[in-house]
Amino acid sequence: MTDLSGLIQSDAAADRVVPPAGFTVQLTLFSAGAMAFLAVFALALSLAAGRLAVHWGTELARSSTLRISAHAEQMDTQVAAALRVLETTPGVESARALDTTEQQALLEPWFGPGLPIDMLPVPRLIEILETGAGYDAPGLRLRLQGEVPGAVLDDHTRYRRPLVSAAAHLRVLGWLSILLISGTLAAMVTLAANAALAANSQVIGVLRLVGATDAYIARAFVRRFTLRAITGAAVGMMLGLAGIWLLPEGDTANDLLTGFALTGWHWGLPVLIPPLAGATAFLATRAAAARVLRGLA
Amino acid sequence: MNPTRGCGTTNRANGVKGRQTVIELENVAYSYGGGELLSDLSIKLAPGSFHFLTGPSGAGKSTFLKLCYAALLPTAGQVRLFGADARTMDRTAVALLRQRVGVVHQDCQFLDHLPLIENVALPLTVAGRNVAHEEANLKDLLQWVGLTNRASALPPELSGGERQRAALARAVIMAPDVVLADEPTGNIDWEMSQRLLQLLIELNRMGKTIMVATHDLSLIRAAKTQVQARVLRIKNRRLQLAGADL
Ligand SMILES: Nc1ncnc2c1ncn2[C@@H]1O[C@H](COP(=O)(O)OP(=O)(O)O)[C@@H](O)[C@H]1O
Ligand SMILES: [Mg+2]
Repeated sequence: MTDLSGLIQSDAAADRVVPPAGFTVQLTLFSAGAMAFLAVFALALSLAAGRLAVHWGTELARSSTLRISAHAEQMDTQVAAALRVLETTPGVESARALDTTEQQALLEPWFGPGLPIDMLPVPRLIEILETGAGYDAPGLRLRLQGEVPGAVLDDHTRYRRPLVSAAAHLRVLGWLSILLISGTLAAMVTLAANAALAANSQVIGVLRLVGATDAYIARAFVRRFTLRAITGAAVGMMLGLAGIWLLPEGDTANDLLTGFALTGWHWGLPVLIPPLAGATAFLATRAAAARVLRGLA
Repeated sequence: MNPTRGCGTTNRANGVKGRQTVIELENVAYSYGGGELLSDLSIKLAPGSFHFLTGPSGAGKSTFLKLCYAALLPTAGQVRLFGADARTMDRTAVALLRQRVGVVHQDCQFLDHLPLIENVALPLTVAGRNVAHEEANLKDLLQWVGLTNRASALPPELSGGERQRAALARAVIMAPDVVLADEPTGNIDWEMSQRLLQLLIELNRMGKTIMVATHDLSLIRAAKTQVQARVLRIKNRRLQLAGADL
């Protein structure tokens, strides 16, 4: 039958029985190239969006901080009160007051080492780890207002929550685009193959008269379209990669636009596009040939 | 000169003296959709026999031959080819049958983009044979039909007689057991048709079963002096054995 091993073996004689490529094969070459070009971008978009979602997601999960400003003598009671409030707040996994050394480390970049932190009216920091669901920030603020007047809840990472879900969404859209691109390529190849088979019905008739099986005839067409799809997709992929390569270097972890470039082993993924385009063309042409040959019986 | 030397297996079951009929029609009828074109045909072709099929234009000679190589299926009755019911053959079986039945088509269908020699070799190519290995045989065959110096011509450049001879060469390249020829002398001059007839007679002497559809009675008369041939005639939708009235 029309299998891949038969496809890979070069068979010059069999290739010649179908007349030289008409516009249908050029059409396949072009479609596969254009689709591969688009697929590279869809792939890069998915990967970049995925990267952002993961990065922002972990940052989110990490923590928010509660800053407590109070007179030195009230500081410890305020901190204890805040910790009590946090302990009973749903969505807070744990809360921990930073100790002096940790605070010193945080301030070091601004004030240099050896800062006598105990002597200064520096606020105390409480690190809050959230559960996956997160806590209700406005509710927590209200409670803190009543019980720990000097506390300021800093949940600066929270504004990214919608961004993370947007990034996750974009990633899904990227993969969906790749599926649609494959589907479009399959449709284009099917149309091109149908046109080629129809244009060659006289040739098919002659081949049948001299004893060619349907599998043989199908293979001649399938080979041609599959090889052209692979070639076209390889060129399209190269151009797509060149486009991405030429993007200005940016922050691949945080920014979607400048971070659109591929990173690390992700550069290897587009290499899969030509074989996938080939497989798509192979299946599409084989189905078209089977259908047409059955019809021409 | 042996045009089939080295081509294919020669001792197929029926090639041996089994005397199994190669083509057998039993109460066959055929209609293209309107009224019946052929009715109640029954005939057996024994291996090694030579038949002419005659009748006026439009009588159904080509249709009859198509039934014999399973290009058409009977609308009634049974066609058996090498013992197998044509109706039960799938398309792969039909394709394999075409390697055992060489056909010279009325309009000699060729692939116009391939030179004559590749067209003649086409049955080998589609059977997956390595044509390079059969080159000597192919050259013999072209010499036999007198087309050696036309080997690289494209089909549209050939004359009617050249096309007919090329079609005959293509029909026998797989060393078929049966050769069916549809008006092989249709549009060629007398001399050329005599030459083609000689080739068919030679094939018959090698043991091939031959059936030639023609409305050219002088060709049949010329053949009858050299070979024992039966003449079938399609008349009023039926098949009759023509006698001395030719
Ligand atoms: N594919 C077809 N569809 C409909 N009618 C056909 C077809 N082929 C042949 N015929 C008709 O069948 C009759 C017999 O044709 P054919 O077998 O070619 O006759 P012959 O070869 O004896 O001249 C003719 O009237 C022809 O018009
Ligand atoms: Mg005819």
